[in-house]
Amino acid sequence: MALKSASGVPATLPADAPVGRRLWAWINRRLPVNAFIETQMTGYYAPKNFNIWYFFGSIALVVLVLQLLTGIFLTMFYQVGEKTSFDSVEYVMREVNYGWLIRYLHSTGASAFFIVVYLHMFRAFLYGSYKKPRELLWLFGMAVYLALMAEAFMGYVLPWGNMSFWGAQVIVNLFGTIPGIGPGLVEWIRGDYGIADATLNRFFALHVALLPLALLLLVVLHLVALHESGSNNPDGIEIHDKVGADGKPLDGIPFHPYYSVKDIVGIAVFFVLFAIVVFFVPTLGGLFLEAPNFEPANPLSTPEHIAPVWYFTPFYAILRAVPDQRMGALLMLLAVVSFLFVPWLDRSPVRSMRYRGWMSRTALALFALSFVMLGYLGLQPAEGLYVVLARVFAVIYFAFFWLMPIYTKLDPVKPVPERVVYHAH
Amino acid sequence: MADHAVVVDDEAVDLSRRRFLTRATIATGAVGAAFAAVPFIESWQPSERARAQGEPVQVDLTKVEPGQMVTPVWRKQPIYVVRRTPDMVARIAGHDADLKDPQSKDSTQPPYALNPQRSRTPEFLVLVGICTHLGCLPKQRFSAAELYPSWPGGFFCPCHGSRFDLAGRVFDGSPASINLRVPPYSYPKPTTLLVGADEKGSA
Repeated sequence: MALKSASGVPATLPADAPVGRRLWAWINRRLPVNAFIETQMTGYYAPKNFNIWYFFGSIALVVLVLQLLTGIFLTMFYQVGEKTSFDSVEYVMREVNYGWLIRYLHSTGASAFFIVVYLHMFRAFLYGSYKKPRELLWLFGMAVYLALMAEAFMGYVLPWGNMSFWGAQVIVNLFGTIPGIGPGLVEWIRGDYGIADATLNRFFALHVALLPLALLLLVVLHLVALHESGSNNPDGIEIHDKVGADGKPLDGIPFHPYYSVKDIVGIAVFFVLFAIVVFFVPTLGGLFLEAPNFEPANPLSTPEHIAPVWYFTPFYAILRAVPDQRMGALLMLLAVVSFLFVPWLDRSPVRSMRYRGWMSRTALALFALSFVMLGYLGLQPAEGLYVVLARVFAVIYFAFFWLMPIYTKLDPVKPVPERVVYHAH
Repeated sequence: MADHAVVVDDEAVDLSRRRFLTRATIATGAVGAAFAAVPFIESWQPSERARAQGEPVQVDLTKVEPGQMVTPVWRKQPIYVVRRTPDMVARIAGHDADLKDPQSKDSTQPPYALNPQRSRTPEFLVLVGICTHLGCLPKQRFSAAELYPSWPGGFFCPCHGSRFDLAGRVFDGSPASINLRVPPYSYPKPTTLLVGADEKGSA
């Protein structure tokens, strides 16, 4: 009689069993590969009513792998240093075989990462995916987002173009607005009296070692938290509340093969769009790679118009909209940090926008509009009407978060069905 | 208790001692970790080489024409040295009401620059050419009415629109909150400017 181990693989096999099966059993006796697959993939039940919004989590994972792969290869040719960085990036672009492709995959991957993450976050707002019991899942996701912002900022400094230099100057100086310790802190971050070789070298170390490790760890924690509480869905109903005679959720299907196969389709579509950018418009008209960054860093020449890459511009617009330096920096910080409080600011009894009333829907629509508009305004010069508009949208932006406890409570919600809404195709 | 083969006498285990030892171990470990962190944190401070390269720089003032600005570099920062004409000096006065910090109370400057001209002599203005907002380089807009009719001449930062007068004092409505910094400086000879050192020694 073959004994079943915890992983479902017979602990002992007949001596004449095929070598492959015996090897597999040998491994699983020592490493729970099968058990992992069975509990986390073929035995992980996800709601059957996922829609297009549920592609972006797995696409983000694919982009992370792409960034790690292309990043590792870029470090093989890149030479960090204020005298070598710019030239070595040009060397990658012009002389390394397929260096241009590896670099454009990496630079486009950075922007793609943020597009995918922003859509992933919007999905969470749409269906209340951060609500109890998924608060920690949301916080780990936000930690990934914060680490990603640090990673992207430091990565942008490495080519040591003029926008790298001045972007670093502006962002590092933000720490100087902290009362008391500010100026000393800025010197400590830079390691010199200005943005210098020391700054470039430490940003490189953080970009290629510390932050990728932190990102990987946080992504793992995000996934562990997801698998603990289970996926939310467009109806915002707990599928584990309705289980069949076999104990499996009636509205759930195994992640593998059903969603793994579905995700491959989404990833394929993503790569088609991604390839169009990489091969035909890698700078995307200055949005993904800015023109001043094709000039070497020059500490004595500020670019006429400093703007960060598009994924930071909503926050940058808020910074510039405030006519006081310390308040501006503080509000910019608050604009990022506000996301962390969403699980506790949202007092709605239902999760999904499908069953929420006009107040929550209007608020989310206005927030999405203000985020996009602030992103646009952050790319424009800080003058005249642009500043006025930035102030208006900044107010809407903060109102979305900090009035949330009020409007989600007053919001007339609709009854939530017992089972998920699903139409077989 | 009686079910167990080995009976542990509750009286014999002094849990408060165990708790004390656990906490003492954690506290000692935390102090050790804090000390061990010092070299790593200190390694980020400017190195000896960076400090050595931050020594004072000399500027020959005979080569600066009236109304002209030169920008030597001290500690990786551009230093704005402006030779102000009597007309430019006159244009410093008269707009104190439009300034955030007209007396330079909240701003950074050596005591000898704490005057309306913010300089040792009215003729030469010495500033750190880095916007006190977020570190861009303000551009020279020295002519009156260059930006708008009431503009008395000064500096304009292209990044976020901060405006400063011909003494580096910030105008209301700018994102910068304090005036441009004045570095320590001295005149070892009447025609030589030394940026980064004064009677008190090197900065």
